[in-house]
Amino acid sequence: MKGNEAIAEAAIRAGADAYFGYPITPQSEVLEYLMAEKPHERTGMVVLQAESEIAAINMVYGGAACGRKVFTSSSSPGISLKQEGLSYIAGAELPCLVVNVVRGGPGLGTIQPAQSDYFQATRGGGHGDYRVIVLAPYSVQEMADFVGMGFDLAFKYRNPAMILTDGALGQMMEKVLLKEQQPRMTEYPEWATTGKGTDREKNVITSLDLDSAGQEKFNRKIQDKYRQMKEEEVRFEVTECEDAEYLIVAYGTSARICQKSVQLARDKGIKAGLFRPVTLFPFPEKPLREMAEKVKGVLSVEMSAGQMVEDVLLAVNGRIKVGHYGRMGGILPTADEIVEALENKFAKK
Amino acid sequence: MTEEIIIAGFGGQGILSMGKILAYSGIMQEQEVSWMPSYGPEMRGGTANVTVIISDEPISSPIINKFDSAILLNQQSVDKFEKSVKPGGMLFYDGNGISRHPEREDISVYRIDAAEEASKMESSRIFNMIILGGFLKIKPLVKFDNVVKGLAESLPGRHHSLIPLNEKAIRRGMEIVKAVHEV
Repeated sequence: MKGNEAIAEAAIRAGADAYFGYPITPQSEVLEYLMAEKPHERTGMVVLQAESEIAAINMVYGGAACGRKVFTSSSSPGISLKQEGLSYIAGAELPCLVVNVVRGGPGLGTIQPAQSDYFQATRGGGHGDYRVIVLAPYSVQEMADFVGMGFDLAFKYRNPAMILTDGALGQMMEKVLLKEQQPRMTEYPEWATTGKGTDREKNVITSLDLDSAGQEKFNRKIQDKYRQMKEEEVRFEVTECEDAEYLIVAYGTSARICQKSVQLARDKGIKAGLFRPVTLFPFPEKPLREMAEKVKGVLSVEMSAGQMVEDVLLAVNGRIKVGHYGRMGGILPTADEIVEALENKFAKK
Repeated sequence: MTEEIIIAGFGGQGILSMGKILAYSGIMQEQEVSWMPSYGPEMRGGTANVTVIISDEPISSPIINKFDSAILLNQQSVDKFEKSVKPGGMLFYDGNGISRHPEREDISVYRIDAAEEASKMESSRIFNMIILGGFLKIKPLVKFDNVVKGLAESLPGRHHSLIPLNEKAIRRGMEIVKAVHEV
C-alpha cells in the first residue's frame, strides 16, 4: 500500500466523520483512494472534493465546530493556503487533523519530496501565538498509525494536529498492518455546537475577542496547553545510540536514509547513532540534550536548507558542536553523502 | 538476504507494475518489501523508474543509489544506471533500441529480447512480464507460485482473466534470457 493510501484507509478505520480536500501532487491518492473506497457506504463518512484548499480547511473548521472527527490533506503550496483556516481553528480551540505531504518549495516549487515546511509546521504556520501538534512518520506503517494518534491528540488538546510527511513516503509502498474498524462517534464533546434545547447554555465557537485582556487570558490558556504537550506528548526513537560518539538527528524520509548511513559509518569504524524525533512539536528537547551530552558532535540531516537544526541547537544549547547537512528542492540525500558530511564535519582531524 | 533492485525505462513499458508484482510476490513469501517510484510529471513515453527491495530483515532506507540488480529497458536507463550496479551485481536489458550496450566487466550482464518476443506473442502489454521471467530465471528471488499470487494481488479484478497470459509470458522470459557476460 502507498503511504497516501495508508493514511486514507487508516482514517476510515479510525472512525473519521469527514474528509475535505483538493487534489495536489504528491498527495492526490488520499482523495482518490477515499473516493474509490466510498466510505459513506462503509461507515457513513463524508468525502468531499472542495473547490479549493481554502474551502476545504473552512469545511474542516465547520465539521470540527460540530465536534466531528474531520481531516484534510494537501501538499506544501496547498498547506500555505490553509494557514488562515488553521489559525482560526487553533484560535477557536477545535480539534482536526491536517496531512502535509511536503514537496520542494518555495512557491509552486517541484513535486518531489522535501522537508522544507518544518518551520511552517512547528511554529504554527498562520498568524498568532499558536502551535500545532506535529507528527513525523518514517514508514508507511507509521503513516497509518499516526492518523488515529493524530485524532486522539487533537481531541485531547482541542488543537489541530498535523502529520508532516513528504512525497517519498506518500508515494512509496510498504507492508502495512491496519487497525480494526473503529465505530464513528455517537456522542459529541460538551463544547460542540450540535444544536441545543433549553437544558444548557449555548456553546459559542469563535476566535474573535475584541477585549485585549480577554485575548491575553485566552493566549495564556493555550500556552498552558502547549506546555502540557511538551511535558506529556514528546515521542522519539533512538537507534545504535548506546556507544555512539556522533549523533545524527533526522526525521521522516531523512531518518530512513540515515539508518543506512549509520550502518555505513559503523562499517568505516565511526560510531554513529540515530536520534529520530517522532513529534516535531513538541520537539524532544530534553532527551536530545541528555543524549548529546555523551557524544562528540551532532549532525542534523534534513531535506531543507536547515530548519530542524535550529531546534537541535536550542536543545543542545551550545554544549557541543552541531552541524547540518541537507539537500533541497526535491533532491534526496544519499546514505553515502551523509556519512561523508559526518566525516568532514567531525570525524576528520 | 537483502536484494536491492532498480527497474528503469520508458513510461508505459510497465516498469512500475512490474516492480509492484515483484514486491507483492515478496510479501506472499513473508518477506519485507519496499517499492519506491521516482514519480514525476512524466507519463507515457517519459522516463520511469522504481526501486524494489526484498529482504528477510526490516528495510532501513528504501532510497538507495547502489543496486544488486538493475533491469534497464531503454538507452537512457542503461546510460544512467549501469554505473550504479554494485561490483559483482547483475544488469538485465532488452537489446531493442539499444545502440550503446552495457560495457562493464565487473558485473554480469543478461539480455532479454522481450520487445521482440512480445510482438511475436501479439501483445505488447506482456513485455514487462517477459522481462520479469528472464530476471527470475537468473535470480530466483521469489517462487513462481508466489509471483502468480502477487499478480492476482496487484492486478485489479477486471484484469484477472489476463493472469494465464502473464504466466505464459513469465515462462517465455525464462526461456529467452541469455547471458552476455558473467562474472
